[in-house]
Amino acid sequence: MIGLQIRGGTKVYPGTVALKSVDFDLHMGAVNVLVGENGAGKSTMMKVIAGVERLTEGTILLDGQPVSFHGTDDAAKHGVGIVFQELNLFPNMTVAENIFIARERLRGGIDIDSAAQRRETRALMQRLEQDIDPDTPVGELRVGQQQIVEIAKSLAQNARILILDEPTSALSAAEVEILFRVIADLKRAGVGIVYISHRLEELIRIGDHITVLRDGAITGARSMKGVDVAWIVRNMIGEASKDFAKEIEHPFGGEIFRAEDVCLPRIGGGLAVDHVSLSLREGEILGIYGLMGAGRSEFLECVIGKHPHSTGRFHIAGAPMAERSVAARIARGIALIPEDRKNDGLIQMLSIRENMSLSSLGDFTRLFDMNLGAERSRVRDFVKRLAIKIASPEHAVSSLSGGNQQKVVIGKALMTKPRVLLMDEPSRGIDIGAKAEVFRTMRKLAADGLGIIFVTSDLEEVLSLSDRIIVMSNGRITGEFDRHDATDTGLIAASAIGHTQREPAE
Amino acid sequence: MMSATAPRPIGSTNALLLILKLRTFIALIAVFAFFAFAAPNFLSAANFVIMSKHVALNAFLAIGMTFVIISGGIDLSVGSIVGLCGMVAGWLILYGVDLGMGWSIQFNTLEICLIVILVGIAVGAVNGLLITRLNVAPFIATLGVLYVARGSAMLSSDGRTFPNLNGNAEYGSDTFRMIGAGSFVGIPISIWMLIFVGVLAAYIANRTPLGRHIYAVGGNERGAALSGVKVGRTKMFVYMFSGFCAALVGLIVSSQLVASHPATGDTFELNAIAAAVLGGTSMNGGRGRILGTIVGAFVIGVLSDGLVMMGVSSFWQTVIKGLVIIAAVVIDQAQQKLQARVALQAQAALA
Repeated sequence: MIGLQIRGGTKVYPGTVALKSVDFDLHMGAVNVLVGENGAGKSTMMKVIAGVERLTEGTILLDGQPVSFHGTDDAAKHGVGIVFQELNLFPNMTVAENIFIARERLRGGIDIDSAAQRRETRALMQRLEQDIDPDTPVGELRVGQQQIVEIAKSLAQNARILILDEPTSALSAAEVEILFRVIADLKRAGVGIVYISHRLEELIRIGDHITVLRDGAITGARSMKGVDVAWIVRNMIGEASKDFAKEIEHPFGGEIFRAEDVCLPRIGGGLAVDHVSLSLREGEILGIYGLMGAGRSEFLECVIGKHPHSTGRFHIAGAPMAERSVAARIARGIALIPEDRKNDGLIQMLSIRENMSLSSLGDFTRLFDMNLGAERSRVRDFVKRLAIKIASPEHAVSSLSGGNQQKVVIGKALMTKPRVLLMDEPSRGIDIGAKAEVFRTMRKLAADGLGIIFVTSDLEEVLSLSDRIIVMSNGRITGEFDRHDATDTGLIAASAIGHTQREPAE
Repeated sequence: MMSATAPRPIGSTNALLLILKLRTFIALIAVFAFFAFAAPNFLSAANFVIMSKHVALNAFLAIGMTFVIISGGIDLSVGSIVGLCGMVAGWLILYGVDLGMGWSIQFNTLEICLIVILVGIAVGAVNGLLITRLNVAPFIATLGVLYVARGSAMLSSDGRTFPNLNGNAEYGSDTFRMIGAGSFVGIPISIWMLIFVGVLAAYIANRTPLGRHIYAVGGNERGAALSGVKVGRTKMFVYMFSGFCAALVGLIVSSQLVASHPATGDTFELNAIAAAVLGGTSMNGGRGRILGTIVGAFVIGVLSDGLVMMGVSSFWQTVIKGLVIIAAVVIDQAQQKLQARVALQAQAALA
């Protein structure tokens, strides 16, 4: 039985088309698996169903009737619940308060009935086989437990359709089992589940129907019977593979960067980065692959000097880097392109010009006087070199599309004349054309002798761009591959090493 | 540039945007024109001198406040620093520094000014240290310093006024009065000082890395830090600069009155914030202009002096001042929306 349909759904954002006329069927009493690479449009499609975003064109049919949701609460009234990849919880409030937020159980319409809320929360936790006290502040729970609370929140609204966006990314193996039991339970009760994940084996195990998205279009939709990893990968990546820039053959130089024994303590115990050592040569592109939370971003942040508590030693071209501050490390030739463009990479309020020159203001400054003309011409120069499409460098950077914003961030990093470039998910949230350009730029920079370390969760990307690949899991390096003997199965196996060994319950 | 593709809407929005951007200027001109007709003697040279002296006091504080607000903070302590610095100036002129050995050190005017300015900067540094080192929220840190500074000013004289700050020719402090009363080519010294500080601040804001860092820290502190901006140092500077501006006001007020009273400067911080906001400074940080703030200070000053000359009751003056500030912020919001739309349109036309 099909509960919800999208017909001709198109969603346009400034600068990108996130969904291109998709037709999607959501089967009730079944697990509808949704798979695709980052930026393929999975999350956008789910946001449309959950009422977070509205379609630019096309219709949504619920039980055959066209509907239009004006917000998540409106969608919730129609029985659609969503658990976002980024958790939407209030860490300062208790579990029970979070579950009933904005739908508080009331006595006489005024007074919050805390006892009833607590009772229902306890029942929900029992159903989810979790020993979480309703009065615990959510901020004190582990991320996996917080995810369970999110799921409980949707269950409490009696959702007929439940969307789970990468629910297992932060769960331990035991918690995943519990989640799967709950999903089976819900399925029996007739709930239609949409399940988004990057872990292909997991999808094949749990899914009943599969839909594959690529660049905003659906490339495959069928029942799960007979589907194997090869079929999924083929539809995800496509025959005409992404335009990875042609390899520029060039010899590597000497060692430009070395990290030894880098450690970073994790909040709540353990190590987020666990004794990581690696080395990089001039002109080499080193890909770091791993799942979310593997400590890859944290490692790059340690290198740039964001974490004062980190330990370990760094060398640049053989000379030790003793500086601790970000500014001093940038001066030594390290540059970081952060994963979170919006919050870490850019100052949204400032103009494109001011953003690009922010890290290299010293180059235009004599004593303390800035040469604004030199700044402008330098920025113009980089805008041209990176082919950034802008109307004027004086416009706010927030007016640009994701791809152009990313190029601004890259421009900012390159203006510091780095020797080692750290790129954290450089292709996240940008469209296919911009991705190809970013990759081309990376190749060219490497050919010019820059050492590049880049982090990605995209298998194809890491396999085709890297000269060497390091796999991280649970803060540790769990595999190192040369470009020629790296395979997708090998990388996936290495990226799961810490996860299967993790203690079932803490 | 984009007028070829969509001539009418973009052309007219651009004109509207320009008007909105210049709104503080337009408001100033409107206020001037209104009082020129409505208040007798408003346009006389003598009135201008008096008015600009009033405005200057608020403008100094507002300039310092603008930097603080652009960096994403707030400085509630400036009014108290004015009072404290006035008392320090008064004490130095009357008593010098008594070392407890039967004699005291006396200072000339320049030395007194330097010491007072250092006191202002030091109080600003305390604000900065509380905020950067001890992670106290700017509102709370400067609120605390507000009370401490005001209390210290009261303690210095047991709440009494230091009268007759005429100085002593023997020590070279008799020129102290000139700060408030003197003039150079017909323009009061305090106005020259304002021009100097205004130009300095505008220069810092527009043409030095420090200025750029202030905007970056206010716009996105995390992003700025990852770009290599020394966030702590930048914040230290804005609070110390704000303290410096407050010290200047303390000097000018005590020189003008030839006396210093420990309650001087009470609620000055609110007028300074009002001037900055009127001039287009965003309370969320990251946005603001020094020139805008100075014009904003003039709008507030001219408005209140003009209303006094028209004989409007001071109660109504307060109400009108509040309405003007609210209107300014509402218009500012409209401008931001329009500006974002124009940029998006230009970008869309490109793609």
